[in-house]
Amino acid sequence: MHVEEKLTPETFPAAPERATLEGKNKFLGFWLFLGGETVLFASLFATYLALKDKTNGGPSGEELFQMPIVFMATMLLLTSSLTSVYAIYHMKNFDFQKMQLWFGITVLLGAGFLALEIYEFYEYVHEGHKFTSSAFGSAFYTLVGTHGAHVAFGLLWILTLMIRNAKRGLNLYNAPKFYVASLYWHFIDVVWVFIFTVVYLMGMVG
Amino acid sequence: MTNQMNSGNERVDLAYRRRKNAEEMRHQVIAFVLMILLTLIAFAAVGYEEFSHWFVIPFILLLAGVQVAFQLYYFMHMSHKGHEFPALFIYGGVLVMLVLVWAFSTIVWW
Amino acid sequence: MSTIARKKGVGAVLWDYLTTVDHKKIAHLYLISGGIFFLLGGLEALFIRIQLAKPNNDFLVGGLYNEVLTMHGTTMIFLAAMPLVFAFMNAVVPLQIGARDVAFPFLNALGFWLFFFGGVFLNCSWFLGGAPDAGWTSYASLALDSKAHHGVDFYTLGLQISGLGTLIGGINFLVTIINMRAPGMTFMRMPMFTWATFVTSALILFAFPPLTVGLIFLMMDRLFGGNFFNPAAGGNTIIWEHLFWVFGHPEVYILVLPAFGIFSEIFATFSRKRLFGYSSMVFATVLIAFLGFMVWAHHMFTVGMGPIANAIFSVATMTIAVPTGIKIFNWLFTMWGGSIKFTTPMHYAVAFIPSFVMGGVTGVMLAAAAADYQYHDSYFVVAHFHYVIVGGVVFALLAGTHYWWPKMFGRMLNETLGKITFWLFFIGFHLTFFIQHFLGLMGMPRRVFTFLPGQGLETGNFISTVGAFFMAAATVVLLINIVISVKGEKAPADAWGDGRTLEWAIASPPPVYNFAQLPLVRGLDPLWLEKMEGKKELTPAEPLGDIHMPNSSFLPFIMSFGLFVAAFGFTYHQETAWGLPVGILGLLITFGSMFLRSVIDDHGFHIHKEEVLELEKKGANA
Repeated sequence: MHVEEKLTPETFPAAPERATLEGKNKFLGFWLFLGGETVLFASLFATYLALKDKTNGGPSGEELFQMPIVFMATMLLLTSSLTSVYAIYHMKNFDFQKMQLWFGITVLLGAGFLALEIYEFYEYVHEGHKFTSSAFGSAFYTLVGTHGAHVAFGLLWILTLMIRNAKRGLNLYNAPKFYVASLYWHFIDVVWVFIFTVVYLMGMVG
Repeated sequence: MTNQMNSGNERVDLAYRRRKNAEEMRHQVIAFVLMILLTLIAFAAVGYEEFSHWFVIPFILLLAGVQVAFQLYYFMHMSHKGHEFPALFIYGGVLVMLVLVWAFSTIVWW
Repeated sequence: MSTIARKKGVGAVLWDYLTTVDHKKIAHLYLISGGIFFLLGGLEALFIRIQLAKPNNDFLVGGLYNEVLTMHGTTMIFLAAMPLVFAFMNAVVPLQIGARDVAFPFLNALGFWLFFFGGVFLNCSWFLGGAPDAGWTSYASLALDSKAHHGVDFYTLGLQISGLGTLIGGINFLVTIINMRAPGMTFMRMPMFTWATFVTSALILFAFPPLTVGLIFLMMDRLFGGNFFNPAAGGNTIIWEHLFWVFGHPEVYILVLPAFGIFSEIFATFSRKRLFGYSSMVFATVLIAFLGFMVWAHHMFTVGMGPIANAIFSVATMTIAVPTGIKIFNWLFTMWGGSIKFTTPMHYAVAFIPSFVMGGVTGVMLAAAAADYQYHDSYFVVAHFHYVIVGGVVFALLAGTHYWWPKMFGRMLNETLGKITFWLFFIGFHLTFFIQHFLGLMGMPRRVFTFLPGQGLETGNFISTVGAFFMAAATVVLLINIVISVKGEKAPADAWGDGRTLEWAIASPPPVYNFAQLPLVRGLDPLWLEKMEGKKELTPAEPLGDIHMPNSSFLPFIMSFGLFVAAFGFTYHQETAWGLPVGILGLLITFGSMFLRSVIDDHGFHIHKEEVLELEKKGANA
């Protein structure tokens, strides 16, 4: 099957992301990359756990964290994970327009999450919780900030794919790209589940 | 891997695949509802002052673990065929994670 | 895009190598740049030994000695050993599994250029104030204190860039080995070197992220006001030690497992016998990799982690001797009853066994936590790790160079010169490092730039320095051998006549597409099997047809160059006005070229059947 072949719903394969060798490689390579990312975030989490009480006289997590914002951010990101599942669902049904629509919603929700996070950081800095003020500050901003950077990169990535392929629709060359981008988006959500649990909720319990 | 239900009649296949995809999508939505529920429980458990943190911390970590399993197996399709190597390497990463977290919470400060 | 070979000008060849995505050419690039860094690291080693030749010497004093020492370790591990291992992986693994290329040719090139620019950046420090001087482990307590110049910043950013390249390379080989094997090449039919590459790549995938994180922390602390390791603000320098060794210990296996793989190939080939205990070899490789992740804190016994942690890591470390022992016995049994041919690679292989075992034995000694308090930071440790790294890895790299040179370049290396190289290196190696065990036990500390007369250390140090010059002489002979090989004997496909694995079934050097028809693999050592059945070549698994090839690209070079520029900017952003803009410009170059890569379709091209036939005919005549 040639990658650029014009396809119909009938000829579109059931697993378009793995229909070509390039697709198979991309799919597997990206999963392995996520295995490496797991260890990257594990190192950041482990360091955060070791340094979270070293506030150097500054405010502690319990005093700082604004749970309503965190809760809203969590809901936005969780929902964006579902919307990207919808996008992939429509990809498998060879419905390009609907896929674009759902990816679009995903991007909007992700942008909302990012905005909340920036607002949150802004507030914390005003309360004296800075990157440079304590070991807790360094560890907190590096862990949560690395996640935020992943969100920002994911947004740009999905947007690029949507715009680049807007006119030509789905084929076996770009289907693996969309699929892999959605995997990345889910992984960001996986990391966030641990951030809201380990950093925020456990921070509130003390 | 492509189109394993080859009955020779593309339209029948298509209808079958559509139905299967829709069914899977239903499962995804159920998983999503459960994940939202787990999140609400976790936030509520922390907000409820009566619980000791000896209970709350393991409890919310367990909820997080369940939620991540939903993400991996439903949203990221790890339950599907052809995910043996992804699973192997994700679990490899999780193993290193457990060792790291254990080490950093026991032998960094003493 | 014609693939017919013709004489090309220097510029065309250069452009070809700058844009290539062919794993065989990338192997050349890794071999050449890794080789140059090896010479550089070797020169630094010679300087160290000259300084220590006599007591109270003043050849390299104090800070300069620290810089040379740091750069020797860092260069040898990250910029010489790693890329040389990658050179052989690139040259051989796709051929051994019967593939036309790696899974991600573009990323393969990107991995090389990231390593290259990272290494160049690190070495720029020599000309810009001073090299890093906190040891190759760069412990945070020392690294944060090194404020005279930007040396340590060159270390953090340089290794960050080249580490990214390594990670990319690791993922590439994992996917290549999982997805690209020829029909019939099951996992348990893969040559040992391919198995070693597979397991090593998995180690890279899990070991490099902690290094990345550690380097980010160190960079933040030194350049952006972070407090990870600053005790005054609640930080803890032990975190660096853990992150570094969570990477650093697996790194030792990342280097030595491919070495084991190379020797496994050589033992089987030149004993002209199937590798003894193949499945136990695979098992031992996987087990070493697994245990390799559980033992990092044995580098930190004297930190004060407490008796329980020390005991756990001590026992875990000793268990690694078991799978390693399995391997040693398997190699011995491979030779047992074989019809052994003592070629140059075989010399290294045979010498490797006792040399490496000595390093292993001192390793078990060091693993005993209580005894380690005596050995720690002494020359005993220096002797130990040089016995495993030189006696294991460098012997393997030299053996591999002689073994696969004909496959990579199409010319045989001279055997007589090869054996001279071997004997000079072998004698020099033991002369240099054996005595260091005793220097250490007599109390000579490592990393100190001089020693006093009258403490019984003079003779030992002098012998050690003499040995270093033997190794230097060996390297010179090797270089001469390489230069004259240009006019040397042309290598046939099965260059040694005893090849067992697929790489020996195709022309030396192989055509761009490797296999005109993908081979059908019918067992372990597929070429040997076919030869035993009286056949001259492999059974094809597919009819001759058009071959799909990836396009060359200059983007990997530009992406890596962007990070190189960015690293300069961020290094100087505190004291100069141009620092931050240059840093951002560099990142823009990198992300811009990533964007281009994303939006420009790249479908590759086809080599047509007729062209393949023509090339095959030429290859057969050559």
